[in-house]
Amino acid sequence: MQKVIVGNHAVSWGVKLARTEVIPAYPITPQTQIVEELSEMCASGELPARFIKVESEHSAMASAVGASAAGARAFTATSSQGLALMHEMLHWAAAARHPIVMADVNRALGPGWNIWTDQTDSLSQRDTGWLQLYCENNQEVLDTTIIAFRLAEALDLPVMLVLDAFYLSHTSEPVDIPDQALVDSFLPKREAHYKLDINEPHAFNALVKPDDYMEMRWHMHDAQRRALELYPQIESEWLALTGRYYGMIEPYRTDDAETVLITTGTVTSTARYVIDERRSRGEKVGLVKIKMFRPFPVEAMRAALKGIPRIAVIDRNISPGNGGIFAQELRSALYGSDSDAAPQFNGYIVGLGGRNVTPDTINGIIDHVQSGETVDRPDIWVGVKA
Amino acid sequence: MSSTPLFRNATEPVWCDGCGDFHVLDGLCAALEGMGREPRNVALVSGIGCSSRLPGYMESHGFNSIHGRALPIASGLKLARPELTVIVTAGDGDIFSIGATHLVHTVRRNPAITLFVMDNGVYGLTKGQQSPTTPPGTQMRTAAQPVGDASVDPLSLMLSLGCGFVAQAYAADQPAMQQLMQQAIEYPGFSFVNILSPCPVFRGGMGIYKELRRSISRIDDSGHDPADLAAAHALLASAEAPLAGILFRRDLP
Repeated sequence: MQKVIVGNHAVSWGVKLARTEVIPAYPITPQTQIVEELSEMCASGELPARFIKVESEHSAMASAVGASAAGARAFTATSSQGLALMHEMLHWAAAARHPIVMADVNRALGPGWNIWTDQTDSLSQRDTGWLQLYCENNQEVLDTTIIAFRLAEALDLPVMLVLDAFYLSHTSEPVDIPDQALVDSFLPKREAHYKLDINEPHAFNALVKPDDYMEMRWHMHDAQRRALELYPQIESEWLALTGRYYGMIEPYRTDDAETVLITTGTVTSTARYVIDERRSRGEKVGLVKIKMFRPFPVEAMRAALKGIPRIAVIDRNISPGNGGIFAQELRSALYGSDSDAAPQFNGYIVGLGGRNVTPDTINGIIDHVQSGETVDRPDIWVGVKA
Repeated sequence: MSSTPLFRNATEPVWCDGCGDFHVLDGLCAALEGMGREPRNVALVSGIGCSSRLPGYMESHGFNSIHGRALPIASGLKLARPELTVIVTAGDGDIFSIGATHLVHTVRRNPAITLFVMDNGVYGLTKGQQSPTTPPGTQMRTAAQPVGDASVDPLSLMLSLGCGFVAQAYAADQPAMQQLMQQAIEYPGFSFVNILSPCPVFRGGMGIYKELRRSISRIDDSGHDPADLAAAHALLASAEAPLAGILFRRDLP
């Protein structure tokens, strides 16, 4: 079935098709439509899930943890300040190994108050133990929602799927909605590996002394690393069912490229347009889209960028004092991988707080990196007013 | 608009037509000017929500803070600058939901801060979800079924917490609201006024004003003694209509 829906509703449809069982929710712009649509689906009986409107985002994640501990498939959605308020529970969900799926609609953090897109909210949850998957269009949003549950439950780790505020959340696109039977064959009912069960009592989350704590973290880290092998396998199954595949990363027109952009989210679509235009003029340019941020696909990125002389990372986020976050991760991943030919590596900061990133912005970045101009700082801010 | 120039700045509010918060803004500007306060000696702290835009429309110091956190921020501000008149303007979703724990402990500490809750019984900024003060059975536009959760009664809650000044006002009754605002600001401890500030867009339509004006029961007319806590509880328990006036006031040494 084809439907024209906004990105937020693409999430809701994915959650419905995944037969999610518990949905705790608290409204925040620009996410609210996701849980509103789910509330309608629950009320009409289309989605026989338990829906609870709680008193804060912290409680939303806490309730998801409780539901997950009882073996249920749980989902919530948030943005920006709401995600920041959840921070404590994000660590908890991951370390207690709950396969919760959450959508984060990327929105800038205050102050100054701003409701527009910016990746700093999700990226600043980097070390919580959640897997993070960034989406480029509404079809990818729906598919990723379903894939996220499969991945989460295989690893006993929570997964955050991430979409840009307004550019995706409130923009309508045609989306293929898979049949329920197809999704059921891909994503069976959750079989919790550990759960609260009156017939087999357990007590969870007791004090763990230095003798054992480190092993718990090692197992969590190891599960994250396993996603690098598992994710492509799961997506291959999805490909066989739907004909759609995204990959942890996606190289686009990089074969003989001399300049490669690194992009995420909707900026990727704009960059594809620019790359096509410049390719038609014979320029050797391409891009690599990063979909998976955690775990970071180090080997895949090294392979995709091997021998590329010029790399420009486009970051719609900022780690103050150290520059763009994707640039930092990638620089660290590439260090020592090809010591004979270290590429020119420029990081560009664009579009914070929802400032538009246009083909002109991206052309400017390509022109700059191709000029070979060396910069004495790790990050170049694009279009900042004096 | 009868805005007083001393406290009102030139910024045009983004509130919808018919929003009760216009009345609260006008009333607060007039109340402060009437008390002889100056904008430079007043600090307004808000949280997040439609109501929390209010400090941006006034000449005094303003702090549009984080959802639910206006009270602890105001407490810190008052500690650092005790000479300032510190007023928190927040909504029901802000104060009685995500920030409810702060209410409990701010009342316990009893700082000389005034809290005006602009209570419309709805999350307006996110377009009409049920809030903690939405009465059960209300049909919200964002839900398929009527509200099933019990609601928070702000006056009962504040009496139970031990707040020394508990009052309720109706935003469209300017003289009475302004007088209550002034009494609350002059109170030497933590004072609370729940202001019924309608949201005709998401709850009740414009008819809600007429309904409130008709139904409100003025505490002054009942012969109630605001110093009598047991009588305050009893009055609240027996009230069949929204009350307006000072429900409880404990004199502090």
